[in-house]
Order: sequence, then structure tokens, then C-alpha cells
Amino acid sequence: MRGPNIVVCVKQVPDSAQIRVHPVTGTIMRQGVPAVLNPYDLFALEEALRIKDRLGGRIVALCMGPPQAEAALRKALSLGVDDAVLVSDRAFAGSDTLATSFALANAIRRLSEEKPIDLVFTGKQTIDGDTGQVGPGVAKRLGMHLLSYVCRIPILDMDSGTIVAHRWTERGVQVLTSRLPCLITVLEGTSQGRFASLPEMIRAARQPIRVWDRKAAGIEDLTKIGLKGSPTVVGKVFAPSRRSERAECIEWEPDHPETAVALLWEKVLARQPEWAAMASADARKDGEEARSE
Amino acid sequence: MKERFDAIVVGAGPAGSAAALTLARGGRKVLQIERGEYPGSKNVQGAILYADSLQKLIPNFRDEAPLERHLIEQRLWILDDRSYLGSTFRSPAASEAEPDRYTILRAQFDKWFAKKAEEAGVLLICETTVLDLLREGKRVVGVRTDREDGEVYADVVILADGVNSVLARKAGIRPELGAGEVALAVKEVLFYPQETLEDRFGIQGEEGVAIEMVGKITRGMVGTAFLYTNKESLAVGIGCLLSDFRREKIPPYVLLERLKEHPALRPLLRDGEMKEYTAHLIPEGGYRSIPKLSGDGWLIVGDAGMFVNSVHREGSNLAMETGRIAAETVLELKEAGAPLTESNLRLYRRRLESSFVMKDLRKYRHVHEVLENNRHFLTTYPELVNRAAETLLRVDGVDKRAKEREIARSFRKRRSYRGLLSDAVKLWRAFR
Repeated sequence: MRGPNIVVCVKQVPDSAQIRVHPVTGTIMRQGVPAVLNPYDLFALEEALRIKDRLGGRIVALCMGPPQAEAALRKALSLGVDDAVLVSDRAFAGSDTLATSFALANAIRRLSEEKPIDLVFTGKQTIDGDTGQVGPGVAKRLGMHLLSYVCRIPILDMDSGTIVAHRWTERGVQVLTSRLPCLITVLEGTSQGRFASLPEMIRAARQPIRVWDRKAAGIEDLTKIGLKGSPTVVGKVFAPSRRSERAECIEWEPDHPETAVALLWEKVLARQPEWAAMASADARKDGEEARSE
Repeated sequence: MKERFDAIVVGAGPAGSAAALTLARGGRKVLQIERGEYPGSKNVQGAILYADSLQKLIPNFRDEAPLERHLIEQRLWILDDRSYLGSTFRSPAASEAEPDRYTILRAQFDKWFAKKAEEAGVLLICETTVLDLLREGKRVVGVRTDREDGEVYADVVILADGVNSVLARKAGIRPELGAGEVALAVKEVLFYPQETLEDRFGIQGEEGVAIEMVGKITRGMVGTAFLYTNKESLAVGIGCLLSDFRREKIPPYVLLERLKEHPALRPLLRDGEMKEYTAHLIPEGGYRSIPKLSGDGWLIVGDAGMFVNSVHREGSNLAMETGRIAAETVLELKEAGAPLTESNLRLYRRRLESSFVMKDLRKYRHVHEVLENNRHFLTTYPELVNRAAETLLRVDGVDKRAKEREIARSFRKRRSYRGLLSDAVKLWRAFR
């Protein structure tokens, strides 16, 4: 049985914990904000690495971004990824999710010419754009089955070319079987990441990263990438105003939890006038019922 | 068989990267190991960068290094409780040609500097902590890291792991730091739009201002405060000897809050959005706390070697200088085919002694002691000079000679003739 050939799409994003918003223009100020590997992508990487641990195969990390994004790929390499490709070209500047998924899909097509791809992984979304659109966009363009918000992959059978994935939804977990090749977007918190060994760190620091420009990524049509290929229009940007609400301490007698409940309820009603109206209506009704009995 | 390097540099701050860069340029195989997520991620400094030491390594650094502003104005303020007496040196000429002092954000600068070392061929590994030095007999032969299969070997290990240098302490190279040898500095970075800073400080473009403050704000503790302008932020901080903090039982943040509320600073800091609050130790022990600097197969550079000139707040330049000189020593010995033994590596210290590094540190070796034993320099005199200025400048019908007499009397009353004389001698001794 051959091991699967896997592509993991990763993105370098500004560390949202350290981001600041320009007080006048409301835009994100990237200057001085360190860039990190999109945290959700770490779960995608880990899921791919676990498959490789079980079945062998090969993992390529793919990233689109400026030359500095090499750092994100370096990190992926240190975790045990075999190869890394950075798709980087000035022509990509200003790409929205549509243009990005076009570019990544083309690069993956190129990679599949080297060796057919069985699985593509992405994080469920990035922490800078938060759209969660690029993964599905890539799947659609490549004609791959899409399994989004996956939290577990119990079965991957390379002989029959099938995969079973648990997909987290608002109503519960769906257990889905799909044919390969497919694209999986991985949910956060599904696993604990690994800590690379020193020889692996040294190998990753040494390994050359392949950098593809637009042409190398197989993109001819300039109208599909960059600003031209991005129909998204930003209508308005604003920074949410600061909330001045503070936590409040409520004192109550430890032996009488019901006093805490009553106090809490009072506080809630004070803030929610509609609920207060409903509650008093209910109370009236209850009273009438009680009287009629 | 484990992989072997010519040199391992522990730490990717200015000292470590200067050493690694120099070694790599000399054709050596270098492994640099950084504990933080990336070089600079753990660094806390004001920060001012002096061009000289960096220029020796990267002559065209001005074209590409992430610099904030170059200093055209430096102020020194002697603070009383409500007023200050100060001096200002402003020289816009410094903005022409090649400025020699810049404000920087260390998180960005260190990353750039380490990248230069990488480009020269250094193998940099981050998020990895060196736990111990590996020895064969007395000789250091490598390091053990916190990663699996974490041992790695080299002919020489350069310790550039900062003021705490856990490694040096564990290896018995350096004793535990005394509370009197380090200052604890706290710093805030406050964000402002560029135009606000330009208006407030009378600067434009890339120009910047640095203000150093001494006086009653440290409440008799040996220390200084500072305010530096960055492109879109101000760094404001205060640091005092750790032993003094312990004695006075004042939390550092209280001191910083008081500084920010001082009438001299409040208008400059108005409407800032706090982006960072950090604290760090600064090696202030000076010449006398410099440990043994080299041994069989190892050298120590930068803060780990206590190389900070606290009087002139020079640190990162001494770090680069010591890093470079350590690396040059190693290169020279290797080229001569000499083994990196304790006696051969003593050349490093001899080099430092003949450089400005040791000369400056030796010059100020008494400063802390004098200030610690004569705290009136930090409290009484700031008060006296501020009052003197107040007296002299007030026009109230009293003639000027009488004012001068009143000022002289105030000094005599607080310090006496003998006291004044002995203070003058002490100061001269401390700074000569």
C-alpha cells in the first residue's frame, strides 16, 4: 500500500494578539506586528502529520504570500513536513479569497503533475480574514470533495481510496465517507501539536524552500489574480468601540445559593427590560391561574 | 554520530548575532540557538542603537535595518517633585549625512540582525532552550537543548544568553547575580499618531528625541528614567537597582505611574494608547561584576558578560562589540591552528581591555558605589538646584545678589561647607 500524497495549505498572518488598529483610519497597522503561522493551520498540519505517522507518504506545505512568509513554511518543515513551496509574486498583491483560491488551486495542480495528490488540508479559516472561504474555493476549483470543519479522521484507506471523517456541525457530529482525492478543512482544538526534535529543527533550517512566481505556479490569466481578480469591495472599515462594561462582584450567603440566583436574576432583568416585561406578564398569568383554581 | 559545528552561539540578541555573523563570514559552520519564538521576541530595551558597533559589521545598515528615528535632540532632566531643571542638546545637523544614534524597536531590529547572520550562512534555530553545556573533562564540547535528541557538538560555545545567563550560572562560570548588580527596569510603549509626536516634540520626518531623567522620581534609589520617541510610539520607563527596590519596598509599576504623572511628563504622554508593558533586568554591576570571560571551549558575550555602561546607557553596542571581538578571536586562533583552550582564549579578554568596552567600564567602576553611599545626590541636590532656579528666575523685588546669597545659604544649610566639598570630590572620583 502506498502512503498518501498530501498538500497542506498554510498562511502567514499578523499575530492577532499584538495587532493594533489605527485610531483614525480604522485599518489594521501591520508595522511592528510579528507574523505567525495561522494557528488554525497548525491543526491541519498535525492531522496530516498523524496520517503520515500511520501510513507514510509525503507532505508538501504550500503557502501564498510575500517572501517573508518563508518563516511560516520553515515552521511547517520543522514539524516534519517533507517539502515546502512558497507561491510569491507581486501580481498576487491585493488578492481576496476568490483570487487566492484560484492561485492556490493552480499551484496544487502543478504539484499534482509531480505526483498525484490524494489529500489537501487547510485550517478551518485564518485569523486575519476569518472568512473560511479559501479551502472550499480550492476544492471547488480542483473538483475535489470538500469535508469542512473536520474534527477527526478515523479511517483512511488508500487501497479503496476512501476516507471517513467526523464533521462538526451545530447539530452534532456527522460521520462522512468520501472518495479521494478530497480537501479537508480542520477544526481547531482537535489535537495537540508536536515538538520537533533537534535534528529535525536543523534539517528544517537547512532545507531549501521552493519559491514559485506566477508563471511557475501555472497562472497565465492576470485578470484572475491580485486586485483585478478580486471582486470583493470593502464598504466600510471600523474599529469596534471600547466596551466600558466591567465585571461586577455579587455578594451572597454561601449557605443560601438561592439568594445568589435571586440577585443575579434581578441584575439580568435590570439590563434586559424586555425580559423584565415578559417575566412580570408571566407572573400575572400565574397569579390569575392560581386564583381560578 | 552527532552532527558537529565549528561554533554554537546561544542566543540571538545583538551579541549572539554579531558573533554568529562574524564567524559565518569567516567561513565557519555556525549553529545559533534562540529560546524565543523568533529573534527579538524576548527582548526588552528602550531602545537606543548606536551606529558605530553595527557599522563595523554591516556598513550599509541604514539602508535596510528597521530603524525608528534618529536622535537630533537629547535632554537631561533633573527632576524635583514638581519641576525639573534640564539641559538640551539639539543638533539637526545630525539629520544630515549619517546619523549615529537611533531609536529602534528591538523585536524588529533583532529579527533583522539575525536574518543578516542567516544570510551569511548561520543556521538559526528558534523556540529551543539550551539547558546545559556538554563537557569532556573540563572542556566544553557542545550543548544540550530541551528538544528530543537535543545534544549537539561544537569546537566552541559562545554564551550570548542575556543578563540572567542561566547557562553560565548552571555551569558555574558566573555566580548568582546579586541584587545590587542588576537594575530592574519597567517600560511602557504608548501609541500616538505620527503627527502628534511631531507636534509635541518639534520634530519631523525621521527625527527623534531622547529624554533621560534623574532625581527625586527614583526616591533616593539608584536609577534613571527615560522617554524615547519612536515612529508612532513613545517608550517611557524607569529602572533602579533591584537591591534598592527591595529595600524601599516600592513596586516598580508604582514608580512608573508616578513618573507618568509628573507635571513635566504628563503633557508629553497625554492620550497615549498603551501597547506594551514590559520589565527586564539590566546588568549594572559594571566593571567589577564582569565574570570570567572565557575558558576551555567557551566565551561569554553581551549582557551575559555584564557588558553594560549604565552611565551612558550603552548596552546593545557593547553587546555587538563583544560578540564581534569574541568571534574574531575564535577565527584568528582557528586560522593559526591553535586549539581553543582556556589559555589561548584569554586573548579575548586582552582584546576587550584594549577596546573602548573595558576602558569605559573601568572609568565608571565607582559610580554605583558612590551613589549608593550618598543618596543625597539623588534627592537633596535635585531639590536644591530646582529651588535655586526657581529663586533666581522669580522677579519679586529682591535684588539678584541677595538671591544668590539665599541660594548659597540653602546649599550650605542642607550640605554644609565640608559636605559640599566632599560631594564635589566624590563626584569627580566617580566620573573621572
